[in-house]
Amino acid sequence: MFINDCGHFLPLQALVILYINFSIMNNIRKKDLLWMYRVMKTSRYFEERMEKAYLEGKQPVFNIGAGPVPGEMHLSNGQEPAAAGMIVHLTKNDTVTATHRPHHEAIAKGVDLKKMTAEIFGKKTGLSKGKGGHMHLFDPNVKFSCGGIVGAGIPHAAGAALANKKRNTNWVAVAFIGDGATNTGAFHESLNLAALWKLPLIVVVEDNSWGISVAKKDSTSVPFNCIRAKSYDINGYYVKKNNPIEMYRDSKEAIDRARNGEGPSIIEIQTDRYLGHFQGDPEFYRNKDEVAALRAKDPIEKLKKKLIKESYITVQELSTIDSLIIKEVDKAYEFAKHSEYPKPEEALGDVFC
Amino acid sequence: METTIEKTKKLTGSKAMIQALEQEMTIDDSIFIMGEDVGKYGGIFGSTTGLYSMFGKERVMDTPISETGFIGAAIGAAAEGLRPVVELMFVDFHGVAMDQIYNHMAKIQYMSGGRVKLPIVLMTAVGGGYSDAAQHSQTLYASFGHLPGLKVVAPTFPYDIKGMLISAIRDDNPVIFMFHKTLQGLGWMDQLEASLGEVPENAYAIPLNRAKVVKQGKDITIVGAQMMTVEALKAAEELAKKGIDAEVIDLRSIKPIDKETILKSVAKTHHLLVVDEDYLSYGITAEISAIVASEGFNSLNAPIGRLAIPDVPIPYSRVMEKFVIPNSEKIVEAVLKIVTV
Repeated sequence: MFINDCGHFLPLQALVILYINFSIMNNIRKKDLLWMYRVMKTSRYFEERMEKAYLEGKQPVFNIGAGPVPGEMHLSNGQEPAAAGMIVHLTKNDTVTATHRPHHEAIAKGVDLKKMTAEIFGKKTGLSKGKGGHMHLFDPNVKFSCGGIVGAGIPHAAGAALANKKRNTNWVAVAFIGDGATNTGAFHESLNLAALWKLPLIVVVEDNSWGISVAKKDSTSVPFNCIRAKSYDINGYYVKKNNPIEMYRDSKEAIDRARNGEGPSIIEIQTDRYLGHFQGDPEFYRNKDEVAALRAKDPIEKLKKKLIKESYITVQELSTIDSLIIKEVDKAYEFAKHSEYPKPEEALGDVFC
Repeated sequence: METTIEKTKKLTGSKAMIQALEQEMTIDDSIFIMGEDVGKYGGIFGSTTGLYSMFGKERVMDTPISETGFIGAAIGAAAEGLRPVVELMFVDFHGVAMDQIYNHMAKIQYMSGGRVKLPIVLMTAVGGGYSDAAQHSQTLYASFGHLPGLKVVAPTFPYDIKGMLISAIRDDNPVIFMFHKTLQGLGWMDQLEASLGEVPENAYAIPLNRAKVVKQGKDITIVGAQMMTVEALKAAEELAKKGIDAEVIDLRSIKPIDKETILKSVAKTHHLLVVDEDYLSYGITAEISAIVASEGFNSLNAPIGRLAIPDVPIPYSRVMEKFVIPNSEKIVEAVLKIVTV
């Protein structure tokens, strides 16, 4: 929802607005709803496979450097609505920057799934020939990038938005960040620039309540970043309960505004991190029941039920979609597994062009 | 002065850090810790585990990801007389806060004509070798060693880790305290013998400007720090089988650098190989080569060898990462090119 006056934002008001919003959600095109379902499901299945692949060679004794997928692994299970509800509105010409937890956005933006999987397996056929890895996925064909430094992608997206504006296009740039990144200098400097220059930038804050082990309430001086939006004189939205449909609607409004030259917005979505900050995270900072409770309100299952209940699709059609997703993801894993590793000395290339 | 105390305990690198912090915090109320995940989590690399429950949230402070903010705040607090120990998880993350470090932390003592002291310890993890790729695997010794006004230390073994962290805390200058992830003895990384060692239970201080000969030898001097010291020791065993008696120096301090120990060793062995997990150009290998070439040239019987990351970012894929990070095999190979058997 668009928070008109954050200073007077009350939970009760939020509930009323939420109720009104739900009652008009059938305006969404069937095509878009199915696209969102497909993307979320693809991301989820991709990551469920990744969770298993990552543990290969790391059992019974966990060693971060062992197995076919070494290094850190940050999975986004539970956070799919952020990616789907926003990227459904984007085209190939719009730019997306993402974080160290990038798979859901990469998949939604249409990053080549085979090459992305191969990259994560460190193969020569990967997006970056094995040089980048899971935190550093680059696919210029669909204007997607991500990185391992918190907050660093926001100014890059602002720069893409600046280029879009200079060239008189109506293309937009979207920076996906975690709630922890809203406390970096990069966040505040970029928003000021974007507001000042009326750039077509949307910053999506995936509020999963945690910055590694530090709870949002212990790290952020405001409960919602739409309050901060006010200080830049830009629009701020807060999407409650990990709701992909509300995310869809707020994203559409923010993007329409950006395409019409009305400047940047912040959309914060209350979302859920099912897994640890990284795979192998002991997570002794949060209660195990918390995760079980989050999984019980899974947004993909909810959307699935809604699609069937409201006759968007039949159970049969949906299961066909699911099996196509599984087939596509499995193919990407097969491709990655059977690809060659780079030659060691290929490490020396690509430093300069 | 290095003092030896009889009662010791086997500790990992991270436990040695915790013990140093605990002992110093107990005797000095002005010391406090801040950083990301240093509280309940106990530090991503285990350097502050247990201190939060021991000293409370006022003295072990979790920070937001506001790195310019909390590193700058350490400067302000230190100028007021507190002794902040700050952790910034990975050395790779320092770019975000570099202005506070290189224009302020490093220069204020000097710019104030010595009137403002900044007793800060900035702890950070270095090192690769586990496929964490270009933004989480660097070993940026030289980037910090280059800057006047910062002491930079990089101890290898638990005994030195504890003693040098205590010295760093007691020092009135800003000290960058680099610990190597693989030498912390963490359950989720490679298990190395070197990450476990006998550590005196009492507090003791090891000077921040002295290298250490960790293996005596007469044929070649190999200088390294942290994992490169460990690899050099491994290489020395291989070299012994080939009849080469290598002397290994653990640098321990990046800045100031202990010229004396290095020059003395080269005067004995007449050969030098410097090994570095940092990038090749303008790094430790260049610095030590320059020192020996200008102050110990006549000792040398052969050109100096340099082994370091060949000026590329750290690649993700294991095969390529292994190719760029020096290891014992590469050290043996390099030594064989310098010393004729």
